[in-house]
Amino acid sequence: MSHLKTAMITALLSATALTASPLMAKDLRIALQSDADVLDPDQSRTFVGRIVYASLCDKLVDITPDLEIIPQLATSWTTSDDGTSITMDLREGVVFHDGTPFNAEAVAANIERSQTMDESRRKSELKSITSTEVTGEYQIKLNLAGADATLLAQLADRAGMMVSPTEAAAAGADFGLNPVCSGPFSFTERVAQDKIVLTKFGDYWNADAINFDSVTFLPIPDTTVRLANLQSGDIDMLERLAATDLGQAEADASIVVDSAVSLGYQGITFNIANGEKGDNPWGNDKRLRQALSYAIDREAINQVVFEGAFAAGNQSFPPTSPWYNADFPVPARDVEKAKALLAEAGYADGIDLEVQVPNTTVPLQLMQVVQSMASDVGINMTITSKEFATLLADQSAGDYTASQIGWSGRVDPDGNNHQFVTTDGGINDSKFSDPKVDELMNAARTAPTVAERKALYDEAMVIMLDELPRLFLYHQKWIWAYNDSMKGFTPYPDGMIRLEGVTWEE
Amino acid sequence: MLSFLFRRILIALPTILLISIFVFALQKILPGDPLLVLAGEERDPETLAFLREKYRLNDPIWMQYLAWVGNALQGDLGISLRTNQPVTELMAQKLPVTIQLAVMSMIFALVIGIPAGILSAVKKGTATDYVANIVALSGLSIPNFWLGIMLILLVSVKWQLLPASGYVPLSEDFWLSIKTMLMPSFVLGTALAATLMRHTRSSMLTVLSADYVRTARAKGLVERVVILKHALRNALTPIVTLTALLFGELVAGAVLTEQIFTIPGFGKLVVDAVFNRDYAVVQGIVLVTAVGFIFMNLFADAMYYVLNPRLRGQ
Repeated sequence: MSHLKTAMITALLSATALTASPLMAKDLRIALQSDADVLDPDQSRTFVGRIVYASLCDKLVDITPDLEIIPQLATSWTTSDDGTSITMDLREGVVFHDGTPFNAEAVAANIERSQTMDESRRKSELKSITSTEVTGEYQIKLNLAGADATLLAQLADRAGMMVSPTEAAAAGADFGLNPVCSGPFSFTERVAQDKIVLTKFGDYWNADAINFDSVTFLPIPDTTVRLANLQSGDIDMLERLAATDLGQAEADASIVVDSAVSLGYQGITFNIANGEKGDNPWGNDKRLRQALSYAIDREAINQVVFEGAFAAGNQSFPPTSPWYNADFPVPARDVEKAKALLAEAGYADGIDLEVQVPNTTVPLQLMQVVQSMASDVGINMTITSKEFATLLADQSAGDYTASQIGWSGRVDPDGNNHQFVTTDGGINDSKFSDPKVDELMNAARTAPTVAERKALYDEAMVIMLDELPRLFLYHQKWIWAYNDSMKGFTPYPDGMIRLEGVTWEE
Repeated sequence: MLSFLFRRILIALPTILLISIFVFALQKILPGDPLLVLAGEERDPETLAFLREKYRLNDPIWMQYLAWVGNALQGDLGISLRTNQPVTELMAQKLPVTIQLAVMSMIFALVIGIPAGILSAVKKGTATDYVANIVALSGLSIPNFWLGIMLILLVSVKWQLLPASGYVPLSEDFWLSIKTMLMPSFVLGTALAATLMRHTRSSMLTVLSADYVRTARAKGLVERVVILKHALRNALTPIVTLTALLFGELVAGAVLTEQIFTIPGFGKLVVDAVFNRDYAVVQGIVLVTAVGFIFMNLFADAMYYVLNPRLRGQ
């Protein structure tokens, strides 16, 4: 009996050994900084939500680490000569997790959902599409109100994520409770604030590149605890390692650290003309804003607050971005110039400035450093810390003089600028208005080539750096730390975790 | 006994109502607009308008409140503004977690607190008493988040004995579930143990100087019997109340501990909900917690009744 058993087990084991691939498939556990919001690409808004989508939902197009647009569900596309339509050829043989086939009809239904569903947060991103035409089972034509150079970049994010039209029609606004997409993993389970579990989708069009049976996302808000979990082997990877924990992570031989400069920025937004409070010296005189800018040593901020891990910045793009205006590198600190500008503006004896700051550690530390730098030139800065929802409400209502706030960043340069600085921009909380900037920003939306667009942004940047409705300080880096058994991970500036081609080798 | 409990429940009802009004009003007084956060970074005005309408935020506050009460009476506590999940479902997910944490913490607290209290009362004024007091004081003074992180670094990272954080349901893997909860419940338990120890000590001291204890000793009973059988029984009555109240506090959520150990219980849920101005979730949790707290009070009263025969005549 026991002999038989042993023999059977031996046979079984050798059979497994023969059939098993050299790479052990496993459950990948990834720690996120916070819990995702609703898992519906049309409704969601959080960064961590997008990290989950990178495994759950395929998009029409994707980006390379250098921000070039590459095929994903759309295999190729052509823009009409006048720029008013884009025709896309779609990947064949793709199915959604519920078995619904992916085709041009599905794309049309998705765009309609993003544009018309009441709860959709994607309306402004797809505003330029006036209609869709299904020109073949796997071909779709998007008709545009006018040339739109930013559209493809939108389709490389949530606006281009394809959800199953069958499930979307059945679930309506409740789609997010059981999301059905066509990505490499399908939705299995979610326990709020605990975990989101996805399972490998066998019928994925690129299933060979996926080497994990499942992936579990665990929100762990405390950065020290996130790292402790990685060190103890309870998780395999974490996103957004704190700069202050870098040393500890790098000292651990079993942990790999990777990073990429983000697409976003952090800085100070001034109230130029938003309500009564816009009528103050800081809103009225650009020389004061310039003086503050000269008072700041941006590299020192990076060293002091972020242990040198992030990137100092002075524009709405990081210096590593192809869109950065290289004629204006990150300026050195110039205390004399700052004092001269203050004196010129009539404040030789100093001036007060109240800055509102989110009440979390990093922004507070950042502004304390800026505060001490500003005091050297005679700017007496007070820091008012507010809980984020309050800060945002006050900023939107114009109840502020200056606000420390950032932007997570968009693939297309338009996303980091247009809505902040054009006269009718949706989140222009400065109420900054300059006809020339409006003209340049609008032209950059429709200009057909990258070179022409770059020239327009370069020109607009000159005005923005002179006027300084937003004063840029630094660019965050996405820092990932993971077990050294994980191979083939590529850092992207959008901060996403793409698991295609990633393997696990014990 | 039954009529006694019934009276207590009747008194509890207006309390619950008042609490819900209070929390509803407090949330509305909080500065900040939840929808600016909810509408996404772009804050599209059309979306904002739609959401305001959908969540009835344009209605006067009293209408919003009445609508909430109406639904709540039918068992519908609304949906989370953030994840679209029904609040009742969210709480059903969290309740077992919180209860497990509360029970395990309480076990730690009782096992440490009561013997330590007895010991320091019996050995009053000796080195043992002082040591017990110092330990209790440290338990109260060491912040939970610090102790938690130190334990994680030592026990999980260095010795690799227990999982660093997270939660596994009891039904999924019993022992792993217990192991995961050991550190957080120890952290919570030590803080409570200190309170329990202090109360047990003073209660024991009072009882030990009572006439019947002297009589018991005079009868020639062994000291162990005097303390455990005669003194402790009487000294425990106030401890029962205290324990019930502490347990209610635990159910209300051990906010910091849950945050550090990433335990998806009430505390973490309510903190996130407050920051996101997730009105329905905050409201729901407070309601359930208040009911829980009142229930624990009732339980304490009932225990009194059972433990103290003198009350039964009333």
